[in-house]
Amino acid sequence: MSPNARRLLSFLGILAVLVAVWEGYKWMGTATGGVWPGTGIDLPVRTNERSMPHTWDIIIALLRPARRGGDMLLLVLLKAALFTWRSALLGFVLGSAVGFGLGVLFVRSALAERGLMPHVVASQTVPILAIAPILVVWAGRLNVTRWLVVAVVSAYLAFFPVAINTLRGLRSPDATASELMRSYAATPNQVLWKLQVPAALPYLFPALKIAATASIIGAIVGELPASMPDGLGRAILNFAAAFSAAPEKLFASILVASLVGIGFVGIVVLAERILIPPSRRLEDVGEAAGPRGRALKEVVA
Amino acid sequence: MSALSLRGVEKVFNPGSDQEVRAVHGVDLSVERGEFISVIGPSGCGKSTLLRLIGDLTPPSSGTVLVNGKTPAKARLDRDYGMVFQSATLLEWRRVQANVELPLEIMGMDAAERSRQAAAMLELVQLDRFANHYPWQLSGGMQQRVAIARALVFKPSILLMDEPFGALDEMTRERMQSELLRIRAETGTTVVFVTHSIPEAVFLSTRVVIMSPRPGTITEVVDIDLPEPRSDETREDQHFFELLTGVREGLRAVEDS
Amino acid sequence: MTYRAEFLRRLYFRLPAIGIFVGGLIVWEGLVRAFDIKGFILPAPTAIATTFATETADLLTAGVGTFSTALAGLLLGGLLAVLTALAAARWRFVRDGALPFAIAANSTPIIVLAPIANSWFGLRSPFGSIFVVAILVFFPVMINLVRGLLSVDASEIELMDSYAAGRRTTLWKLQFPHSTPYLFSALKVAAALSLIGAIVKEFFGGSQERLGQYITTKAGLLQFEEAWAAIVLASLFGIALYNIVVLIERRVIPWHVSVRNA
Repeated sequence: MSPNARRLLSFLGILAVLVAVWEGYKWMGTATGGVWPGTGIDLPVRTNERSMPHTWDIIIALLRPARRGGDMLLLVLLKAALFTWRSALLGFVLGSAVGFGLGVLFVRSALAERGLMPHVVASQTVPILAIAPILVVWAGRLNVTRWLVVAVVSAYLAFFPVAINTLRGLRSPDATASELMRSYAATPNQVLWKLQVPAALPYLFPALKIAATASIIGAIVGELPASMPDGLGRAILNFAAAFSAAPEKLFASILVASLVGIGFVGIVVLAERILIPPSRRLEDVGEAAGPRGRALKEVVA
Repeated sequence: MSALSLRGVEKVFNPGSDQEVRAVHGVDLSVERGEFISVIGPSGCGKSTLLRLIGDLTPPSSGTVLVNGKTPAKARLDRDYGMVFQSATLLEWRRVQANVELPLEIMGMDAAERSRQAAAMLELVQLDRFANHYPWQLSGGMQQRVAIARALVFKPSILLMDEPFGALDEMTRERMQSELLRIRAETGTTVVFVTHSIPEAVFLSTRVVIMSPRPGTITEVVDIDLPEPRSDETREDQHFFELLTGVREGLRAVEDS
Repeated sequence: MTYRAEFLRRLYFRLPAIGIFVGGLIVWEGLVRAFDIKGFILPAPTAIATTFATETADLLTAGVGTFSTALAGLLLGGLLAVLTALAAARWRFVRDGALPFAIAANSTPIIVLAPIANSWFGLRSPFGSIFVVAILVFFPVMINLVRGLLSVDASEIELMDSYAAGRRTTLWKLQFPHSTPYLFSALKVAAALSLIGAIVKEFFGGSQERLGQYITTKAGLLQFEEAWAAIVLASLFGIALYNIVVLIERRVIPWHVSVRNA
C-alpha cells in the first residue's frame, strides 16, 4: 500500500472512531439516563438531541433549506463563508506583507529588533476581539467600510508567525555563505535578494499556513463586534442563539467554518508544492522525510 | 610588488578580558605572484585566522597586510579574492550553472557574457555536463569543484582556500589535488591554501609555511623544489618523501616545544 | 561579572524596547490631549491608569478568574497533548491516523466551538472555558512535540541500538529530552493563546466576573476607560503566563542553544 493510501485509511479510521465515540457516548447516556453505567455520577455532557445531535442529522441539516422555502443551509453557509473569506484574504495578504517587512527590518537592524521585537511578541497577548469594537467606532468616524476593519483584525493575527519565521529564514544561511558574499563585495541589497530571501522561502510557507488559519479566525471573530450581517461569524452567533430549536444547524455551521480554514491552508500547501522543490521543503510531521524519517521508521514501526 | 605581504601581523580575540586569545602573533610573510603557499599546523594554531586576516573577513589587531600593494578591504572591493571553504557552500536553490554565475551577477555583468564565462569555467573543472543539476544531485568532490569554478570565474588575482578537501575521502582528495594543479597551471592564480595534511601541502605547494599554536606564529618555511608539472608519479618520488619528512619534523618540533 | 555589571548590561540591551514603550505612551498621551480626542475613541494612558486605581477590585477579580481558567485549560490541554504525542511517537498507526487529523484540526478556527461549550457545560460553568482553552492548546503542542520526538538523528538512534536499548528506553533517554525544546516553544505560544482563547470564549457568554464579559459590558456602556484597562490587564496576564513558561524552560533545559545566551 502506498504511504498516501495508508495515511488516508488511517485518517478515515480515526474519523470513524471519533464518530463512533460520539454516537456510543450518546447511546450510553440515553440508555443509563445520563449517568456513568453502574454509578450515580452524572456524565459531563448531556446526551439529549439538544446537546448532541446525531452526526447524520448534522449532515442532513446541511442539505435542507435554512429556513422555510429558502436556500439550502449549505448554500447559505457557503455564501457567508465566501464573504468572510474576502476579509480573511485581505487580512492574510496585509498581515503577511507586514510580517515579511518586519523580518527584513529586523535582520537589517539589530537596534530595530531589540526595540520592536518585545512589542511584537507582546502584541499577541492583546485580546484583539476586545479592540475590535473600538476599531469599528474608528471606522465609522473615518467612513471606512466595516469589512476592512475585519480585515485589519485578521491581519493583526496573521502577521506574527510570518514575522518570526521570516526572520528565522533570513538568518538561516551558513556563516560561510555570508562570508562568500562579503568576498564578492556584495551590497546589503544583493545579500538580501540573492542569499537571504531565497534561503527564507522554505521557512515562509509553514508560517503562511499558520497565518491562513489565523486570518480566518481573525475574520470570524472580528465580524462579531462589527455586527456584520453577512459573514460566518454572524451565522454562528445566530445559530447559537437558536440553539435550543435547531442545534444541528450550529454544528453544521461550525463544520463549514472548519472546512473554510482547511481549504485556505490547502491553497497555501498547494502554492508551496508548486514553488518549493521537495528537497527544500521543511520537513512536515506525518511525512517524516529524509534519513531521520527512515531511521525512525525502523525504530518505531 | 608582491602578491601578498604581511608585516608583524597580530590578532588578539577578546583583548583585555579573561577570555583573551592571542590567535596570530608576529607573522611576517611575502608571497610572489603565481606562488602556491600552503599553511600547515596543528589545530588551533591560527592558520584559518591568518587566512581570514588576508581575506578581510576579520581585521588585524596590529601589523600590516598588503594584497597587491593594497589594504585587504580595498582588495576585497576590487574583487581580488576567490574563496573556497571546507564546505562547498553552494546555494541550494540555484542550479550548478547559476551558482557559478553568482559572483558575476553581483558584479553586474550582463546575462549573455555571464553565461558564456560560467560555461567556460565549468568546462575547465570538467563539469559542463552537470550545468543543469542542482547541488544536492552532485557528490561531495563535484560540489567542491563547482565551488572552485565559482571562485575562479571572475579571475581573482589570489585564491584563498581553507581546508577545501578536508571533508573528502582520500581517493577523491588526491584526484582533486591534481585537478587543482591543472586548473592553476591554466589560470596562473596565486594560491594560499590552509590544510592539516602534510602530503597535500607538499604535493601542491611551491612553499609550505609551518605554524605553531598559542600564540600562532610561523616557525619554519620549507621550499618545495619538486619539478613541474606534478603528477601521480611525483607522489612516489624519493625527493617527495624527503620533503614529507622535512615538514613532519618541522611540525614535530612545534608540538614538542 | 558582578551582578551590578550584569544588570547594567541587560538594561542596556533592553533600552531600545523600553525607549519605544515610553516614547509610544508619551506620543499617545500627547495626541489625545492635543486633539482633544474623546474617551470613547481613545482614552489617554493616564486616564486608563487612573481607572486601574479606582476599579482595582473589580478588575482583579475578573482578571484572576480568567487567568485561572486559562491556566487550567493550558495544563489540561498540555497534558493531553504530551500523552497523545508520546503515543504517536511510539506507535505508527496512531501517528498515521492522528497526525493528519491534528494538522487538519489545527487549520480550523477552533474558537467557534465556544457556543457549543456554553450549551454543553452551561453559561456559568468554568468547565466551558477550560474545555475551549484545552482544545485550543492541544493541537499546536501535540504537533510540535511529535515533530521534536521524530527529529532525532539516525546516528543517535543507532547509538541507542548499539547499547541494545529497547524502544521505551530510546523514547525516554533520547527522543523525549531531544524534544523538550520543541515542547517549550509550543508551550510559549500556547500560554499567550490560552488567555486570548479564554477571553474570546467569554465574549460568547459566561460569568460577569470574567475579563471577556467585563470588556463587553463596559464597551456596551461606552465606558471605554474601563474596557481599555481590562485589555491592558489581559495583556499583562498573558505576558506573565508566557514568562512563567520561559522561567520553567530555563530551569529544565539550561543546555539548549535557545536558553544558553538568554
